Amino acid sequence: MERHFEHDLNELKQRLLWMGSLAERSVHQAVHAVLDADEHLAEAVLSEEDAINEMQIEIDDRVQRLLALQAPMAADLRFLLAVARINSDLERIGDQAVNIAQSSMRVLRHPQVKPYVDLPRMSELAESMVRDSLNALVRGDQELAQSVMQRDDQVDRLRDQLFRELLTYMMENSSVVFSAFELILVAKNLERIGDHATNIAEDVIYFVAGRDVRHPALDRR
Amino acid sequence: MASTAHGNSAAAARLAPEMKHPDNSAIVHESNGKLRFEISHLNFFYGPKQAVFDLNLNIPKNRVTALIGPSGCGKSTFLRTLNRMNETIRNTRVEGEILLDGQDILQMDVVGLRRRVGMVFQRPNPFPKSIYENVAYGLRINGYKGRLHDLVEHSLRRAALWDEVKDYLHKSAFALSGGQQQRLCIARALAVDPEVLLLDEPCSALDPVTTAKIEELMFHLKDSCTLAIVTHNMQQAARASDFTAFMLDGKLIEHSETSKLFTTPKDPRTEAYITGRFG
Repeated sequence: MERHFEHDLNELKQRLLWMGSLAERSVHQAVHAVLDADEHLAEAVLSEEDAINEMQIEIDDRVQRLLALQAPMAADLRFLLAVARINSDLERIGDQAVNIAQSSMRVLRHPQVKPYVDLPRMSELAESMVRDSLNALVRGDQELAQSVMQRDDQVDRLRDQLFRELLTYMMENSSVVFSAFELILVAKNLERIGDHATNIAEDVIYFVAGRDVRHPALDRR
Repeated sequence: MASTAHGNSAAAARLAPEMKHPDNSAIVHESNGKLRFEISHLNFFYGPKQAVFDLNLNIPKNRVTALIGPSGCGKSTFLRTLNRMNETIRNTRVEGEILLDGQDILQMDVVGLRRRVGMVFQRPNPFPKSIYENVAYGLRINGYKGRLHDLVEHSLRRAALWDEVKDYLHKSAFALSGGQQQRLCIARALAVDPEVLLLDEPCSALDPVTTAKIEELMFHLKDSCTLAIVTHNMQQAARASDFTAFMLDGKLIEHSETSKLFTTPKDPRTEAYITGRFG
């Protein structure tokens, strides 16, 4: 017979994954608002923000209630602590998607600066990191979580590459400064999304193995 | 079998390899090498039935060690071997070595041993005497010649009971509440200044407020005493102990710092037990 607590934990996980899918979709739509010059996608992202924020509060409430009433231990305790942190990261990912959507609306008022090459690659990478970090949570898969963490460097490199390239456009032609600056902000937000996905992957490792891998340079016993 | 929220299962626990001797080195390290008890290859039998199997465990000085495990796992039996209380039961047999400060307790005078290793039981068991006499009793039979009253007061203060009973010292101990009676039993045990206090589910009959008082008392007592507590209440073990040992079927499964055992247990059987997925 499934215990009541077990049922609550499963339900919490489902709600977190649902929130994750909302955040993931928002990122996809926000970036495609830029890439496909589709303002409707940007509006969809803005309208979804409240739903993500409400889920953050709901999940926090559930975690708080389970911590208070069930006094969880071991894997249950680590799971709830990880969910609380992942919840916060997903909400921030939702915020980054909103930032990208707002940038897209401003970018769309101007001619396209350049063909988009690195931005779609960066977006695919960041989206895959979010998706895989949540898959790692579902499967309790440390290796997948580790691979998410490794991909963060690639996202950072693409951001640097994009910064450099857009700077050259701005130096050559001052009329593109506004659009190029917005694209830099888009890249910056994607890079932050990669950071949040990395945080989620670290939390998955903590939950699965009880290892805190957040700051490897710190000497922990 | 119920599926679990995050993939751990009782089946995994059952499939876990037998851990022959849980690693005690971390306990030695965390306690700065100061051990009160060193127990090696302990076996205990009730007649033909073996209740404790090849148990190896170190109990550090001036720390609280909690013993947890399901009913019948041998934790109380093990606790009672530490002051040879099991010898009061017929047809019991003990094998192995139990060193108290390096001396084998099986070779010691049992009265002297129990003076050094006191015990408090699940149900408060004051003598049918006054509060004062309950505490003074142990001192009298041990031939204490000093100022009895001072030592009674000192023991009641150590047990955090003095302020509540100082004006009623000659009333019957049975007039006290359950929590007060339990603290009186602790005061009685403390009167002879033991080096170790064994507590066998001391709070199981007490309400949460009184339980909190006993736990607070344990926290203060460990400055002067080593404590070992058997408890079914895992929150109590988590709150009140420095080290925790998990026993199952008479065997020691895992022994580590409490903070580690309750957050990242190494053995899947420990995990299954403390998360309530046992069996």
